[in-house]
Amino acid sequence: MMLDVAWWIIGVGLAFDLLGCVGLIRLPDVYNRAQAATKCVTLGTCMLLLGVAFVGFSGTSVPMGIKALICAAFVLLTSPVGAHAICRGAYLSGVKLWPESVEDAFGPRADQIQQQPTQKGAADREETKAP
Amino acid sequence: MKWLLCLFLVFALWMLLMWSLDPLVIGTGAFFALLVGTYLGDIYPEQLHKVFSPKRWLFFILYVPYFLYYCVRANLDVAFRVLHPDVPIRPGIVRIRTTLTGDMAKTFLANSITLTPGTLTIDIDGQDLYIHCINVPPGDIAKRSREICGTFEPLLRRIFE
Repeated sequence: MMLDVAWWIIGVGLAFDLLGCVGLIRLPDVYNRAQAATKCVTLGTCMLLLGVAFVGFSGTSVPMGIKALICAAFVLLTSPVGAHAICRGAYLSGVKLWPESVEDAFGPRADQIQQQPTQKGAADREETKAP
Repeated sequence: MKWLLCLFLVFALWMLLMWSLDPLVIGTGAFFALLVGTYLGDIYPEQLHKVFSPKRWLFFILYVPYFLYYCVRANLDVAFRVLHPDVPIRPGIVRIRTTLTGDMAKTFLANSITLTPGTLTIDIDGQDLYIHCINVPPGDIAKRSREICGTFEPLLRRIFE
């Protein structure tokens, strides 16, 4: 019974992962692709880990289940931070939005970050100049 | 006090990962908890004692299914857009305002927004959040704020503030 539930959860997780990959190919620019790559895949991966936890708790190995749950918690905490850092870095180093984008409210703020010689802004500028 | 809490959390995580009561495992865990707690204790959030308030835990437990519901709903929306032959998207970066004040609360709000597919936090500047949306919602700042972060704010305020 519990194993059946586990297989279903793993199956749905795989479907979400697949959708994330399709999105990665079909969407236009860095930002949209980062969205597809991080979000669908985060939910998919968490469901895979949850399924593994169910398999573990159904009698195979309880420590495996607990480890899978802890991994799911860490994926949930770190994956959005990674996506945020990649997109912010991409914008500040000059990657343009897709030409058909409807709005860009971050432009003025990005200029402000790059002009301010604060510690954070200076670090960002260093990164921009490096390549 | 903070040091002790940090120590306890690190040690608890170690015990959960190892899942064994071997004295060697406990000793190694205590040693590394001491090391980590002493060297990295400063970067822990200031108000760690809030962890032990049952009311906050109750709201946190409420928050998880609430968030998962919105997450799955938005996931299906993005899945539909990706699979549609025309890829019907209107991407763009919008600015919204939050009413949350605490650092921890704002961090979790930004993470929740990022984890909800279709929206991604690019930067936080005081009370302003810059969000990249796959499908930009219509309206002005107030309406967009309600739409993007209005669903999470009431619960997050009770958990972290």
